[in-house]
Amino acid sequence: MTGRNMNLDHDIELFRSMYLIRRFEERAAHLRQQGFIPGFLHPYVGQEAVAVGVCAALEEGDVITSTHRGHGHMLARGAEPNRMYAELYARQDGYNRAKGGSLHMIDAELGFLGANGIVGGGIPLATGAALQKKREGKKRVAVSFFGDGATNEGSFHESLNLSALWLLPVVFVCENNFYGEFTPQHKHQPITEIARRADSYAMEVVVEGNYVLEVRKAAQEAVDRARAGEGPTLIEARTYRHRGHYEGDMARYRPPGELEEWMARDPLVVFAKHLRDRGVDDSVLREVRQAVEDRLDGAARFAEQSPHPQPGEALEDVYTETHQGMALR
Amino acid sequence: MRKLRYGAAIAEALAEEMERDPEVFLIGEDIGEAGGVFGVTRGLFKKFGPDRVFDTPISEEAIVGAAVGAALVGARPVVEVMFGDFVTLAMDMLVNQAAKTSYMTGGRIGVPVTVRMVTGTAGSTAGQHSQSLEAWFVHTPGLKVVAPSNAADAKGLVKAAIRDPDPVMVFEHKLLYGRSDQVPDQVDPLPLGEGRVVREGEDVTVVSYLHTLYAALEAAERLEEEGISVEVLDPRSLVPFDRRLLSDSLRKTGRLLVAHEAPRRGGVGAEIAAIAAEEMWDLLGAPITRVCGANTPMPYAPELEGFVIPDAARIAEGIRATVKGSPGRLTPV
Ligand SMILES: Cc1ncc(C[n+]2csc(CCOP(=O)(O)OP(=O)(O)O)c2C)c(N)n1
Ligand SMILES: [Mg+2]
Repeated sequence: MTGRNMNLDHDIELFRSMYLIRRFEERAAHLRQQGFIPGFLHPYVGQEAVAVGVCAALEEGDVITSTHRGHGHMLARGAEPNRMYAELYARQDGYNRAKGGSLHMIDAELGFLGANGIVGGGIPLATGAALQKKREGKKRVAVSFFGDGATNEGSFHESLNLSALWLLPVVFVCENNFYGEFTPQHKHQPITEIARRADSYAMEVVVEGNYVLEVRKAAQEAVDRARAGEGPTLIEARTYRHRGHYEGDMARYRPPGELEEWMARDPLVVFAKHLRDRGVDDSVLREVRQAVEDRLDGAARFAEQSPHPQPGEALEDVYTETHQGMALR
Repeated sequence: MRKLRYGAAIAEALAEEMERDPEVFLIGEDIGEAGGVFGVTRGLFKKFGPDRVFDTPISEEAIVGAAVGAALVGARPVVEVMFGDFVTLAMDMLVNQAAKTSYMTGGRIGVPVTVRMVTGTAGSTAGQHSQSLEAWFVHTPGLKVVAPSNAADAKGLVKAAIRDPDPVMVFEHKLLYGRSDQVPDQVDPLPLGEGRVVREGEDVTVVSYLHTLYAALEAAERLEEEGISVEVLDPRSLVPFDRRLLSDSLRKTGRLLVAHEAPRRGGVGAEIAAIAAEEMWDLLGAPITRVCGANTPMPYAPELEGFVIPDAARIAEGIRATVKGSPGRLTPV
């Protein structure tokens, strides 16, 4: 295969990954409506290029932390949709054995250190993971995803300062979707370019977060810098969530026309066009889409067939060890 | 009298206090234009405007700290912490700052701040959105803690909290927002530290609060058919705690069970049990029982969630054992 084709194959995989996230989320919203999924869902629809672009720059041994809107990051890191759906369905085969749900999904083996129910909660954790990676000396990096709203938390500022001071191998990826819950950015912070918050800490980059290749390029540079021991980077990826803050939020606080404007820059549409322009046949993309649908069909079936947890399991795992022969709690 | 929802009663308390005292203001995340994630402050932004109802960035320490700081110099702020779980991000401002001020200034400076938060478990919101953290604040000298279980009490207690010269933490259970109660047309502040006999009985006293109170009442109904007469007390305030109400009841029943949703270990039930054991031992004729949440984080799956929090059946089992004098044989969940 020629180099050019290999690149194109790579890019088709980026499309596959983005499409997987899109459909995973849309189906999850539907399954929740049908009563299969309890609890909260914060859909990632619209922001796929950020997770996929950043994770494309990562290698085995790198780690990421995520947010309440975490399914996309987890899938982009390579998680299994069947175990993710099983968790959302609150079944035994779920990633957290039905104890976590959407807000807390985690797979440390994949280097996915968890979604998080606490805004800003993952940022110090990524900082600490980067500290450990640096101690190990293996040139591995930590990436923290978080939203525009999270940059108003102390944890954000404290983590940037510490990691810049210690030149930690960490990449902070702020997904600026211009809303924290129902509050637009201009009502929650006095700046528009969040990247400027890194002025006093480290290097900053702003990218159009809906172009997956641009995101990947920015992430690659930041990751390279981190691996070389040159310290952290703050990437501001400008993007938009198409759905409400959580499933059930009608998003009435949006000004008219705003969603439509962003829909025209839908990361999947934009990238599909890019691929077509480069000569990828429509039938190739159709096949990718069909394969994703088939995979998700299987994942939902897997979740539905997975056993419910036994009530007594609620009392297990509070600690990793037993005490005097009994589960400690 | 009229029917009023729990959340609407709190909104009325806020509005009436804001009208009465210009120093009262509201501050919190998405409480203004959006009206709060649970809709409690809906309409107040429109009514009082952005100088009295502050929508904030997601910055819990700064929000609570700003309220405490404003209270130091004359304001009577009311903070909404959305999910009470997020109060962890503001603990310094509450525990090291607000709680200590009166004491460390020899009583010269009070901090008349009110902190409202949503507490408890409902609908699989899992480990970081369903905790019951009241015991931490009960444990912190300098803070007062209230936990209203119905709309009328909620209105009275929130008014009292706002007028109180000290910091008051208000716990509002998620599942109570949906309930309606008869509420008098005019509600005066309900003095902190006055509990209530919710149901009279002879054989055993059950102390419970917030949503678990209703499980206790259901258990009491069931046991009536078995010939066990249960008295149910709602302390309403956890700090200050109505000792007289408890001792008056124990004088009659001689038996005590405490029920709450928060984990058993170090919970409010432990404190109430200790008060009874230390100060009212002569009134007790049986060992004290606690029926509480399990010592676990809150799980996600509905069947696990239901298992770790006490329900009427489990409280009834506890009451039977207490009446038999053998609560030691209960399996603590
Ligand atoms: C500490 C904390 N405060 C508040 C919340 C409630 N909350 C959940 S998501 C959210 C908005 C977060 O906005 P942003 O960081 O921009 O992320 P986005 O939802 O846009 O992805 C808020 C306020 C929370 N979960 N944790
Ligand atoms: Mg946002």
